[in-house]
Amino acid sequence: MTDAAYTQSGTARADAQDARMAALKGWARSVAIGTLGLGILGALWALGGWYIAQTPGMRAFSQLAPVPTFERLWVMIQRGEIWSMSAPSLYRVGWGLGVAIVIGVPMGILIGRLPWLRDLSNAPFQLLRMISPLSWMPIAVMAFATWDSAIIFLIVVAAVWPIMFATAAGVRRIDPAWLKVSRNLGANPLHQLVYVILPAIAQDILTGIRLALGIAWVVLVPAEYLGVSSGLGFAINDARDSLDYARLGATVLVIGVIGYALDSLCLLAIKRFSWLRSDT
Amino acid sequence: MTAHWTFKTSQPLNAAIALAQTYLPNMPHAAAQGVPTAVRRGAHVQVDGVQHRYPGMAQNCLEHLNFQVESGQIVALVGRSGCGKSTLLHLIAGLMQPGAGGVYIDGNRVRSTCPRWVVMFQAPSLFPWMTVSQNAALGLRFAGRKAEIQRRIPALLEMVGLTAFAERNVQDLSGGQQQRVALARSLATQPDLLLLDEPFSALDAFTRRALQQDVRRIAKDLGLTVVLVTHDITEAAIMADRALIMAPDPGRIVTDTMLDPGPDRHRDSPAFEAERARLATLFEATA
Ligand SMILES: Nc1ncnc2c1ncn2[C@@H]1O[C@H](COP(=O)(O)OP(=O)(O)OP(=O)(O)O)[C@@H](O)[C@H]1O
Ligand SMILES: [Mg+2]
Repeated sequence: MTDAAYTQSGTARADAQDARMAALKGWARSVAIGTLGLGILGALWALGGWYIAQTPGMRAFSQLAPVPTFERLWVMIQRGEIWSMSAPSLYRVGWGLGVAIVIGVPMGILIGRLPWLRDLSNAPFQLLRMISPLSWMPIAVMAFATWDSAIIFLIVVAAVWPIMFATAAGVRRIDPAWLKVSRNLGANPLHQLVYVILPAIAQDILTGIRLALGIAWVVLVPAEYLGVSSGLGFAINDARDSLDYARLGATVLVIGVIGYALDSLCLLAIKRFSWLRSDT
Repeated sequence: MTAHWTFKTSQPLNAAIALAQTYLPNMPHAAAQGVPTAVRRGAHVQVDGVQHRYPGMAQNCLEHLNFQVESGQIVALVGRSGCGKSTLLHLIAGLMQPGAGGVYIDGNRVRSTCPRWVVMFQAPSLFPWMTVSQNAALGLRFAGRKAEIQRRIPALLEMVGLTAFAERNVQDLSGGQQQRVALARSLATQPDLLLLDEPFSALDAFTRRALQQDVRRIAKDLGLTVVLVTHDITEAAIMADRALIMAPDPGRIVTDTMLDPGPDRHRDSPAFEAERARLATLFEATA
């Protein structure tokens, strides 16, 4: 190796170190800001709790303040209740989201690729999309044999639209040159799907899934108010009925934390599958 | 079809192989790692009475096109913007079908795309979610020739000078490097015919000159037939054995001339300059 090469690799190592330091700093900064934001939220919560405790007519709800809530949460974690109330909900959301993906992604690709199908489906889909998923509840209850499948149906109805529309939008943004080049290189339609279309729109699909997950998680709780005797929605209803407000607060907290965690997972997946360079 | 891939061992071809191998110092390791350096027979192209009109257009875009390209020949299609050069290239490649007439490659009517002829478009259009070698290997992957990827791709990247970038994302590359990936990608399936649509027009002058010479050398080493679309007279003179000058409205070929810019095609040599000037005059007179 020449001297120049040594110097070069030395510089490269220094550059890499600098880059790592910069990344670490950026990470520390975002963690600090995130913590601060959560701190502000906690302070507002404490303030609300204090106000409730001060207000004569509302004293019954004082258990909703941070301290009783966290005490109760700790007990629930120790007893394993958190897991047993979340697992059925996660199961339902998982199934609902899975079915929504299986329907939404292929439909989105077709709508994105076929202008006539896009025109044909636009009005009915926009109309269906605007119907609150919860308004399907009576129909779902009649149509499905089990409560579980009725709830999964409601989640599918809520989650399929963002996945479908995000996929279709991604397909329409595909550079036509990529399809021409791949055809030129001998790709058949399956090759084009696997090597061009799906990788090109992976981030759009995941963005759609992220939106869908947010909606599904929101729809889940009211959907679980009815019929079932498990899950986070049931736990909320149950705590209210038994006037156990600390438990209510802890369950609300669990819903928020799990939702946040799932959303972060989606974000990670989007970062992993995104090929767009944002730093140019 | 496999007949095109068997290396001929007749007397004149042996001489040609020896000649090609004298170029090998320019392409280190290429022979050792499986890039076909022996001369193959490039495709013969016949454009027979081709006429084409885009839907909704009043006038034909191309009319009365009749010409042949000999095996191993490099032909430049020159003409002003909009005269139908890209359209003709798409028709030859089978990306579109002509309204009348037909294109025949080695005597067979072209009805679709085929890995034996490959277009290199004006923009490299690489796939940004893949590395350099994944991009280059795509044609082999589509053709189900995965076994050849390991063997051929490193040699091809060596040939276009991108070995150090093999595992990099293509978005990390400069425009010229990306165009070289596109070249490697086009050559990976060992086409008999390379169709180049202004492949260097987006590049700076230095990179363009280097690639013009590289592509001619590689094509000659491999015995490829090349159709090069360009509106650059100098590029035609550097790269091509023959020039077809096109005129617009409707697009047609008005001049067909062999090029002889001297043995080394050096742009400072008097022979090159004289040939370039002759082509420029022809172009001004007819196009
Ligand atoms: N898809 C299309 N639909 C309708 N007309 C088209 C289409 N593509 C090209 N044309 C027309 O056909 C003519 C020839 O186009 P073409 O792209 O082949 O020209 P070109 O010689 O390659 O030009 P340039 O040097 O600018 O690339 C032009 O007049 C153009 O407007
Ligand atoms: Mg063109």
